[in-house]
Amino acid sequence: MNGPKLFAAYQQKLKKEAKIVLTWQLSILVLFFAFWEAASRLYWIDPLLFSSPSRVFSSIWSRLIQGSLLGHIQITLFETILGFLIGTIAGIVIASMLWSFHRFSKIMDPYLVVFNAMPKVALGPILIVALGPGYLSIIAMGFIISVIVTTLVVFAAFNEVDQNYLKVLRSFDATKWQCFKEAVFPASLPAIISTLKVNVGLSWVGVIVGEYLVSKQGLGYLIIYGFQVFDFTLVMSSLVIIAILAAIMYKTVEKIEQLLIRK
Amino acid sequence: MSYLTLDGVSHYYFSKKQYTESLHNISFSVKKNEFVALLGPSGCGKSTLLSMISGMLQPAEGEILINNEKIEISELEIGYMLQQDYLFPWKTIIDNVLIGPQIRKRQTSDLKQKAIALLEEVGLKNVADKYPSELSGGMRQRAALIRTLITEPEILLLDEPFSALDFQTKLKLEVLVSDLLKAYQKTAILVTHDIGEAISMSDRIILMSSNPGAIAKIYDVPVELRDESPFLARKHPKYGRLFDKIWADLDQQKHTVKPMEENAYERS
Repeated sequence: MNGPKLFAAYQQKLKKEAKIVLTWQLSILVLFFAFWEAASRLYWIDPLLFSSPSRVFSSIWSRLIQGSLLGHIQITLFETILGFLIGTIAGIVIASMLWSFHRFSKIMDPYLVVFNAMPKVALGPILIVALGPGYLSIIAMGFIISVIVTTLVVFAAFNEVDQNYLKVLRSFDATKWQCFKEAVFPASLPAIISTLKVNVGLSWVGVIVGEYLVSKQGLGYLIIYGFQVFDFTLVMSSLVIIAILAAIMYKTVEKIEQLLIRK
Repeated sequence: MSYLTLDGVSHYYFSKKQYTESLHNISFSVKKNEFVALLGPSGCGKSTLLSMISGMLQPAEGEILINNEKIEISELEIGYMLQQDYLFPWKTIIDNVLIGPQIRKRQTSDLKQKAIALLEEVGLKNVADKYPSELSGGMRQRAALIRTLITEPEILLLDEPFSALDFQTKLKLEVLVSDLLKAYQKTAILVTHDIGEAISMSDRIILMSSNPGAIAKIYDVPVELRDESPFLARKHPKYGRLFDKIWADLDQQKHTVKPMEENAYERS
């Protein structure tokens, strides 16, 4: 029997493929930083404006040791996660209401379209006036930027559920709520998860912009502050940290996806 | 003694600019434990008729009676089987089978035993904890059948339940359904566009014509065929004769309809 042997070879091949991909990924990362460093040192780019990896990492390191950075990270992370959660959950709840009340969804349609097309960041000053120049405004920003998109995408997913599943349930006299719980919601989970992934990015945008506008703390504040005092190493450091945090958050959502959806 | 009676049932479909009469003055009755097949081209309103019997749709005109009384249709236990199994992919087979009792909040441990026994009867006991995606099409449709039977419906509505299966699986399932319905003494209405299936499974065949859907002709299936299992019925000499008769009637229908409606027939 050749089965076990071929299977081992197949597994070997998969492992090898994964290794090649990882090698390339790491190479690109290293090359990017190496090129940045070299370009900065050889004055291909202005080191004052674009800094260099060595300066960025030593800046991050020293600020970590001082302990000032951790506070900023915590604030921004807290605001982002809260904005993300509130925006996503509110979006799903609104979508469920639109699904339950057909007429309500028809009435709301133009308002949703307008609100979705509107640049939410433009509402920043209004939020600050209404909620005060604190973290509340910033969380609201993270929320507002993701809630309408979530509503639209999830509502569309609810409507795309195969009507025959509902027919099966109705033949057992299922109520509307039972139809939602047993068929509509679970069938829409993949779509909901993919909006989660989009919302991770969106809520970071909302919160960083919010911090640009009002904050005295947080990574967005560090970027603006660095810009104002011409410390571009600080700006770059904040960007690197945001990139890492956003990636971690995205990966967490992916883990949740694996738990929720059977492949 | 008729059990289910349809009396002058009509139905209309509305669109923004026009309306179409999809069912026109349908009257027939079904006796208790009888197996009736509704045979006809696609778009003749067979499935709409089933939806009305199930109570999901109200007839625009006419009435549907049970035991000569107009009753709240939701009081009646109705089992509905569709073209595809529509098992919920995120539930295991046993949970899928028990969805009916779960919806009606009548889930008991006895019922679970019963579900397992029924699954065993159709050869699915060992896959009870698997998910639908791990099963073949025939197995899934068998599971869907058990899901329908577990609630002990008075009337079984079968909406082309075998049409998505390959021929061998379809035949096996026809035999199984026919045996189970006889064993549990169920009244059943089968919607199909397959003449052979209608003849081999049912006691009576109602041939429908389309635009608007109406009853064209009713055939009594010979007793010899009724008592045979669907597989053996197909080999009976009387099977061929009835088949040819229905075929000829359908063919004639096809030539009398207008070109647009002919297309609708071709699709079937």
